[in-house]
Amino acid sequence: MAITEAPKIVTARLGYEDSHTLERYLATGGYEGLRQALTMTPEAVAHEVDAASLLGRGGAGFPAGRKWALLAKKPVTYLTINGDESEPATFKDHLLIERDPHQIIEGVVISAYALQVSQAFIYLRGEFAFGLERLQTALNEAYAHGAIGADIFGSGFSIDVVLHPGAGAYICGEETALLESLEGKRGFPRIKPPFFPASIGLYGQPTVVNNVETMANIPWIITNGGAAFAALGEGRSTGTRLFALAGHVRNPGVYELEMVKTTFRDLIYAPVLGGGIRGDNTLKAFIPGGVSAPWFGPDQIDLPLGQDEVGQAGSMLGSGSVVIMDSSTCVVRAAWRITKFFSRESCGQCTPCREGSGWLERIMYRIENGAGREEDLDLLMDLCDNISPGVAWPPQQTTICVLGPSIPSSIASAIRMFRDEFLVHVKEGGCPFD
Amino acid sequence: MSHLSADVLEQAKGLVALYPEPRSALIPLCHLAQQQDGWLRPEAMSEIADLLGVTAAEVQGTATFYDMLHTEPVGTYVVSVCTNIACLLGGAQELLEHAESALGVRAGGTTTDGVFTLEESECLADCDRTPCVQVNHRYVGGQTAESFDQLVADLRSGALADMVPPHGTLVRVRRSVGLGADRGAIAAERAAMADAQATRAADAAAKTEADTKAPADAATVSGPPPSTVSAPAEGPKGGGAA
Repeated sequence: MAITEAPKIVTARLGYEDSHTLERYLATGGYEGLRQALTMTPEAVAHEVDAASLLGRGGAGFPAGRKWALLAKKPVTYLTINGDESEPATFKDHLLIERDPHQIIEGVVISAYALQVSQAFIYLRGEFAFGLERLQTALNEAYAHGAIGADIFGSGFSIDVVLHPGAGAYICGEETALLESLEGKRGFPRIKPPFFPASIGLYGQPTVVNNVETMANIPWIITNGGAAFAALGEGRSTGTRLFALAGHVRNPGVYELEMVKTTFRDLIYAPVLGGGIRGDNTLKAFIPGGVSAPWFGPDQIDLPLGQDEVGQAGSMLGSGSVVIMDSSTCVVRAAWRITKFFSRESCGQCTPCREGSGWLERIMYRIENGAGREEDLDLLMDLCDNISPGVAWPPQQTTICVLGPSIPSSIASAIRMFRDEFLVHVKEGGCPFD
Repeated sequence: MSHLSADVLEQAKGLVALYPEPRSALIPLCHLAQQQDGWLRPEAMSEIADLLGVTAAEVQGTATFYDMLHTEPVGTYVVSVCTNIACLLGGAQELLEHAESALGVRAGGTTTDGVFTLEESECLADCDRTPCVQVNHRYVGGQTAESFDQLVADLRSGALADMVPPHGTLVRVRRSVGLGADRGAIAAERAAMADAQATRAADAAAKTEADTKAPADAATVSGPPPSTVSAPAEGPKGGGAA
């Protein structure tokens, strides 16, 4: 077992009942990072974040420092925080928002200072009613404390932070869709290029979009230095990361682990983490990084929790969600439900995604419910190929955003790993697990 | 006579003032209208359009994209049962079937007394407590058939009234302070910051030039050219939208 002694960076305060209050935050070193940052030049603050090699914690894993550096030539106008956590079985930002909102706010203000932005928006998914109340309360406290608003801590730097509720749409987690939504429109992802909102973002202005967990890491990086952060983990995957463990384990939950040094086996089986598969069942398959990611089998549980390591094995760490399926799981039903999700959440702009997801969902449904045909397996793969040619990883893109190419992951994984199980459904005219 | 109450109108104007462009307040205003009416009435959408300087069709066109904005009446309590992957593995399909028979409606329907609307929802991001249920977007924890029946009884009796306000009320905490009013000062400060940044950049460039000149003058030192930050490989990485 390799559960390392790495410090807790974003969950350090969560042991306290009142971790969400300003009092607790201040008593545990809160807003010290901001005070320190304000004594540095904005460039020096950005340099620390760059030195930390902090990979964005949203899903794509783009280095936060480099995202900021894209703006070196062009002053940024807006900082937008993506708190639209909707990737199925991902619930880490939810935890940070409800239990340590000040940490996110401090990260936002430090980042705004580094980018010299005076307007930030935090976009939270609308279903986080409690989180919205917690964060708005914390924002009110932070204003009263002088950590947001005019002339923060007497530094001459001013910033306004607006909390913006979404209204229920998975696609708004895609950053250009999020910006459209923030502009008061339907959440339609924007056509690329430009690939980055850094060139054309909110209201057509240069905009940085960062994830909630990314922001939560910033205060620690400033207080302890980018080098201390980069010393944790290995290779490109530095620091710690939140893993949201769900499904058939004894202890589902959110765990902060040092990247690369810990494996999926540790996460699933260590008594202080997942605690093993529930009941007397065995591991059948797991999804390593959100439902957009290709699945892994039990033979891959010794892979380290690192972005490149998982990428080279043909999947991704993605949103940090790990879903465990035990031997009682019907993979046809699991893949069908994931496909139904994509079909419901497709924004409808691109034909391969809009039509393809629905066709796939209906074919999967008929196989699960006993009306499938053997040739449906080839038909499914052919449809997947139409959505993302080659059905490979990383996927080929035929659509405006990555939602479309994410659809084939679960179906292709299920067919490749459990073809026999599909055939049993077809031959027996129904689900053998019913 | 305005459809939106004076208090809601005042809140709405406060929200519009927070954004550089009025239309950005569209979703927050729709939430406010739902807070007043329980759902998004056509009259409310017309008034929101007037407040934002857009057409009523644009408000409706946007609102209908989002699951939480209801342009048809819904019950006092919207019960959302997640059946996505983590909850599916935790028995959500069975719970949804139980909820349908307990409430006497199919998912998507509203009870005849107008108290409950049942929804089959996508992931609600509370996946260590499955199957996950929200009522009016308040988490009520992982549910069993028995606890669900108790939940329904408690909602009917008003025992959960403090935790679960009627449908439409999203955020009960109002923004207390802010900079929203003083954009001129921010603009001036931004200009000053940009100037300072430019000055620092010029100083740094001058310093670099001085540093590189010295060895060049010596004319003996040759080494690799100073590394430059290479542009990132453009293109979306494979990944989920969230």
